[in-house]
Amino acid sequence: MTQNRKTPRRTPLYDLHVGLGGRMVDFAGWELPAHYPTGIISEHRHCRNHAALFDVSHMGQVILTGADAAAKLEALTPAALTTLPEGKARYTFFTNEAGGILDDLIVSDAGDHLFVVVNASRRDHDIAHMRARLHGVGVTPLADHALIAIQGPRAEDVVGAVCPAARGLRFMETTPARIMGADCRISRLGYTGEDGYELSIPAARAEDIARALLAHEECAPAGLGARDSLRLEAGLCLYGNDIDPGTSPVEAGLSWAIPKSRREQGGFPGAARILNQLADGPSRKRVGIRPEGRAPARAGTEIQDEDGTVLGRITSGGFGPTIGGPVAMGYVAASHARAGVRVNLMVRGKALPATITDLPFVRPNHKR
Amino acid sequence: MTTYYSEDHEWVRLDGDTGTLGITGHAAEQLGDVVFVELKETGEAFAQGDEIGVIESVKAASEIYAPVDGEIIAVNDTLADAPALVNESPEGDAWLYRIRLSDPSQLDALMDRDAYGAFTG
Repeated sequence: MTQNRKTPRRTPLYDLHVGLGGRMVDFAGWELPAHYPTGIISEHRHCRNHAALFDVSHMGQVILTGADAAAKLEALTPAALTTLPEGKARYTFFTNEAGGILDDLIVSDAGDHLFVVVNASRRDHDIAHMRARLHGVGVTPLADHALIAIQGPRAEDVVGAVCPAARGLRFMETTPARIMGADCRISRLGYTGEDGYELSIPAARAEDIARALLAHEECAPAGLGARDSLRLEAGLCLYGNDIDPGTSPVEAGLSWAIPKSRREQGGFPGAARILNQLADGPSRKRVGIRPEGRAPARAGTEIQDEDGTVLGRITSGGFGPTIGGPVAMGYVAASHARAGVRVNLMVRGKALPATITDLPFVRPNHKR
Repeated sequence: MTTYYSEDHEWVRLDGDTGTLGITGHAAEQLGDVVFVELKETGEAFAQGDEIGVIESVKAASEIYAPVDGEIIAVNDTLADAPALVNESPEGDAWLYRIRLSDPSQLDALMDRDAYGAFTG
């Protein structure tokens, strides 16, 4: 059977979302809840104060096998993957020859294989990219698995109740584990700035495990809207908005993910431009932006200096429920990429005053 | 007092020769959590179909379109500091404008509550 690409795909939790009153939307070709009846702000706050369950099954889960998988994957990214210990996860990105970002991803060393999670919108691209370049490496999409994120300060209690092994993990650690008899992989990481986990679960068991997690009094479901406002406050990039093939990791403020060894040796796509930018500084940088007043400034909004010179554009912007006001991030000329610099945002033809700030807006609360 | 509804999800409640205007409960529910309301000022005149304000929810910005011709005679200033009122009471306390209608016969082309209910299904 061929699948009609116009019809959004459903995750193993589709029926659960509908039953919970989720407002379903098409996101990157997947039918997912934008929010539930409680609304985005309530879901956002629940995640910051308790724990939230997100269905992230749309993301691409890929298994890489072969003796040289880490070395070969390393050649496509500026990360150190050959030194990645078993049971650890690392954030990195595929770069292009111009030093731009093709996608950002998490690579986990699972012992006899690498477990890679990529963005839904880049899943097909990334699988083709790896298959074309990772000679001798098995690139296998993990079929029939859901991915469930539990995020928030009470995430350990919620996941620990069904999976005691979860309590022993620290931030960016990963392990196979049984949850209610199902063979799963649990990783302590996420996309909210909070402590939390991502659970890779066989599709057939996803709904009953999700229901068990939601049965915990601290856990409530949250949709894509809260996921976006949480990651924005946490200063985390959304692929396609804040990073893309035209932005380099250095401009994006992601140099922390390029270790010393790769800076010295190079040997990844776009190394020339990226190493130059590391040495001399990029001409523009991603920054946080706090608009004055209550009006949100959305992606695409032009950023000007106080004389009207264009400095760049907002790449993500909206309302930050934890901040209690509008927050945004975007790229500005390096000359203005400094906390405290006053700028104007051109919203509906009017200059909205704003201040450049450091990222993140909300301090991370990871289990170190 | 009769309330009239537009296909753009505004309502107008006629009281003598003036009216009160807002967005419908259906619109407020579709928008989700409202975080910002931008309104015009008292004294401004507008024609049917003109953009007369913007309501921003966490999700997106939505324009408010005038369902009739008229002039603004009062603005609901409480919404500037309490935008969430739009979710709580869209067809009551979160009215947007008091208006003077230029041509009340334009209301005849709008929907009544039952027709609007059927329209939003």
